[in-house]
Amino acid sequence: MSSTSPPSTGPVAGSSPEPPPGPRPATAALVASPEVVATNLGEYLRAWGKRVRSGESGMLPVVAGLVLIVIIFQSQSSKFLSAGNLANLTVQGAPYVLLGMAEVFVLLLGEIDLSIGYSAGIGAIIAVALNAPPRNHGWFISCVAALAVTTAIGAVQGLLITRLRLPSFVVTLAGYLGLEGVLLFLVDRLGGASSGGTIAIPLSSILRDFDSTGNLSPAAGWVVLAVGVAVFAVATAFRDRRRAAAGLVAPPVALTALRIAAVAAAGVAVVAVCNINRGLRVPVRGVPWSVLIVLGVLVVWSFMLTRTRYGRYVYAVGGNAEAARRAGVRTDRIRLGAFALAGTTAGLAGIVYASFLGSASNNIPGGQLVLYAVAAAVIGGTSLFGGRGRMLHALLGGVVVATIYNGMGLLDLSAAAQDMVIALVLLAAVTVDAVARRGTVAR
Amino acid sequence: MPATDPAGTAARPADAGRATGEPLLRLRGIVKNFGPVQALGGVDLDVPAGSVTALVGDNGAGKSTLIKVISGIHQADGGEFLWDGRPVTVRGPRDTAALGIATVYQDLALCDNLDIVQNMFLGHELLRGRLLDEDAMEVKARATLKDLSVTTVRSIRQPVGSLSGGQRQSVAVARAVMADAKLVIMDEPTAALGVSQTAMVLNLIETLSARGVAVLVISHNLNDVFAVADRIAVLYLGKLAAQGPLSEFDTQRAVELITTGAARGAPTAHADAVGAREV
Repeated sequence: MSSTSPPSTGPVAGSSPEPPPGPRPATAALVASPEVVATNLGEYLRAWGKRVRSGESGMLPVVAGLVLIVIIFQSQSSKFLSAGNLANLTVQGAPYVLLGMAEVFVLLLGEIDLSIGYSAGIGAIIAVALNAPPRNHGWFISCVAALAVTTAIGAVQGLLITRLRLPSFVVTLAGYLGLEGVLLFLVDRLGGASSGGTIAIPLSSILRDFDSTGNLSPAAGWVVLAVGVAVFAVATAFRDRRRAAAGLVAPPVALTALRIAAVAAAGVAVVAVCNINRGLRVPVRGVPWSVLIVLGVLVVWSFMLTRTRYGRYVYAVGGNAEAARRAGVRTDRIRLGAFALAGTTAGLAGIVYASFLGSASNNIPGGQLVLYAVAAAVIGGTSLFGGRGRMLHALLGGVVVATIYNGMGLLDLSAAAQDMVIALVLLAAVTVDAVARRGTVAR
Repeated sequence: MPATDPAGTAARPADAGRATGEPLLRLRGIVKNFGPVQALGGVDLDVPAGSVTALVGDNGAGKSTLIKVISGIHQADGGEFLWDGRPVTVRGPRDTAALGIATVYQDLALCDNLDIVQNMFLGHELLRGRLLDEDAMEVKARATLKDLSVTTVRSIRQPVGSLSGGQRQSVAVARAVMADAKLVIMDEPTAALGVSQTAMVLNLIETLSARGVAVLVISHNLNDVFAVADRIAVLYLGKLAAQGPLSEFDTQRAVELITTGAARGAPTAHADAVGAREV
């Protein structure tokens, strides 16, 4: 090598290669959430349309899918949209929706919990066994005990996952298998040899009313609806006013009004349908309690996820666990909490399921329930990859699952066909999720 | 000045306490081993407030290890960590955050699924009662971004995943400012950025130091280093080869220090022998 340097070498030889020259836009093409840029309704709708076209379709696919499914079933069986069947559908769907909400907690972290089906079964058996003879404990104590146990089951699994750094899939798969065994054991011990594996809820117990038999009186349904809509409207208007007062972008008034009107209309439709007499011999009317239970859990959990620090950290850990850790978030506690909350919600689902059946037994389909739960959350729009999802997704997805289940039952289609159709819907939902995710990453 | 250079190859003594007495951060003899491998072999580093210190060095020189020690992700196996003249013990990122050290990482430690406001307040959310005070956070986030002249984002409620590289850097820096950081560490802030976005980030660094914040920038790009730094510190194989004000360095000397650990002007015979070779 000669000592003469190449003529082209500049005075700063040795510095890092510069980025390729050429103008680059300072701002990438952004697709912002319509709520944050629109100042009137027209702008909002245009921004929303743009976002849907770019792959951020939100809840549009599941709502459109649900409408399509309803049209198909109604065209095949005129009984589908009858008041009796719709009320039946809501009580059938309640356990799926609740289990879906349990699964949302862990899916938001990018984890999965396969054990919640049998966890729900254990919750059911404990609540029923404590409430039934010979123990005869009060319904409330029985439920609290059941929820404490299922919460502990979730927490133990969460501990194994966070302390030993085991994959949640394997830990909860072990939970799935082990808890089925625990369930059999509990039914034998609590029910006694003569139970035949089933413990019935006492006929007089309020536990029977949680799902299927308990209804609000027609007047009470309207009162609850009016109070609910009023609270929602006042809270929304109050929040918008405060944002505007702080000089922040508030959603257009027309949009807020539209949203409140939509909620009120949906509520009126539900209450009106439920208040039609659907009894065959004795009149049965009113909104099922299970609807209130599901909506109550939805509101509480949604509030926690969106308005509390814990909820914010769940999204942060699911989005980028390392970033959350570096920001000082105790990620292990967040994970542990999510598994425990999934356990609590699963226990509640189990109690509602037992109420629907009128008994708790050792042949609860824990495997099918957990798969329906994951399906409900994902069909509703919650991502399997963590960080994206809402409690509302479990409600929408759970309604889709319950609708397929119910509609195909009306058409006398076999269980085989039901499972295959739900599998196809699930595949479609996961595809939408994966495509949407690829779209955001590619940007 | 009391600073002694364990490497014995520095051309100039460290100019600790040059302007205002104690530097904000002073490291003495920091050692870090990973098993049998010594990543840092006794590093002395001074980072004064209100100025930009550039930490340069070749791959494997120990830059990343050093900033991880400063930010509390790694714990040093030996040496002293002086903050404002007081020795402190650092056991984790929470300790350094409490001191006022914020790190803007190379891999951009932001949550793509959260929006700008949520990212800026992650880990120290404002609360009203027990609930998140979104409005207060949004107002404060907006003011901070405006302060830093970050104006290109369309809405601070858009998810960070939809931002460009420079905008993401800005959010990460604003996050540090928001936390009232006294020392901001930036790891390769301009890597993977285009020309205009690099200029935007360099401006941001200058704004930060003008606000009295100590900035420690790790960079491979000497153009950027000479554009913003007030002081330069060169790491070579886990030891500090040299540190001093920008005026003591030119590109040639910096490159020699980075690649050989010594410069032509250095007094030792070894350094002369190495420095004589063309780089």
